[in-house]
Amino acid sequence: MISLPVLAFYLFAAATIGAAVMVISAKNPVHSVLWLILAFFSAAGLFVLLGAEFLAMLLVIVYVGAVAVLFLFVVMMLNINYEELREGAQSYLPIGGLVGVILLIELIMMGISWQFGADVTVNAAQPTPMLTEVQNTEALGRVLYTDYIFIFQSAGLILLVAMIGAIVLTHRTRSGVKRQSIARQNARRPEDAYGLVDAEVGAGATIPTKKGQGERP
Amino acid sequence: MIIGLGHYLTVAAILFVLGIVGIFLNRKNVIIILMSVELMLLAVNINFVAFSSYLNDLVGQVFAMFVLTVAAAEAAIGLAILVIYFRGRGTIAVEDINQMKG
Repeated sequence: MISLPVLAFYLFAAATIGAAVMVISAKNPVHSVLWLILAFFSAAGLFVLLGAEFLAMLLVIVYVGAVAVLFLFVVMMLNINYEELREGAQSYLPIGGLVGVILLIELIMMGISWQFGADVTVNAAQPTPMLTEVQNTEALGRVLYTDYIFIFQSAGLILLVAMIGAIVLTHRTRSGVKRQSIARQNARRPEDAYGLVDAEVGAGATIPTKKGQGERP
Repeated sequence: MIIGLGHYLTVAAILFVLGIVGIFLNRKNVIIILMSVELMLLAVNINFVAFSSYLNDLVGQVFAMFVLTVAAAEAAIGLAILVIYFRGRGTIAVEDINQMKG
């Protein structure tokens, strides 16, 4: 009899890996993004099984809510012939598979030969409190806002820099758009706009050109 | 039957390898390459959280949060670069990307 957590683990693990396979092999990038969302959701399930509920929710909010939607937005915004990009993918399969198999063998070898140090369990930097005392979110907050506050702040700084960078990179000023310029409107004086000319009878008048004339703020 | 640390590490390892294979498989499409990088970061996060859970050490989860932050920033910047590149060139084929003239 398989217990429920074991069943849940195999379900989430299979969904994560299956979705990851579909991400890299789907023909349509929109489908890739949707499979990526499924992979993130399943990984969030794995996190819940590990007792990291806060990170699971964070994964759903940040990855599914922000990153995956950003991907979807970009995929749909760019008008690209994806079939053309897809050409020759089969020819890359042998070298890619070779690298993947080599890496997998290395990881398996490491997984077999690896073991914990002698006193690793007593050396925890921030021991997790019992779940009966403190919930995962609160325990994480207690650590994050005290001992790791500077790293937390710099993480916020990184996000700020990324935000400003993304705006600066993608911002463009369109030509031919008429906008109100309040500074130029306020700087415009009456003498810039009109003048009196004495016109002699029969000779007409030459209109003097002044600075600012002919420009419409 | 008990799910141990090794099970989670196996899932993470397979996910990481899939990310690398994805980069090789979609060498022309930058968007899929970025998605593969996200998959690899997810594998790293699974490793962090698994070790954090099995060693009763919260720092692993704290660090996984920072990895999440940097991954989000990386995706935003990467896609922004992609958008301006597409505006200038009209394609996102990787083999054409060998210059960034503003």
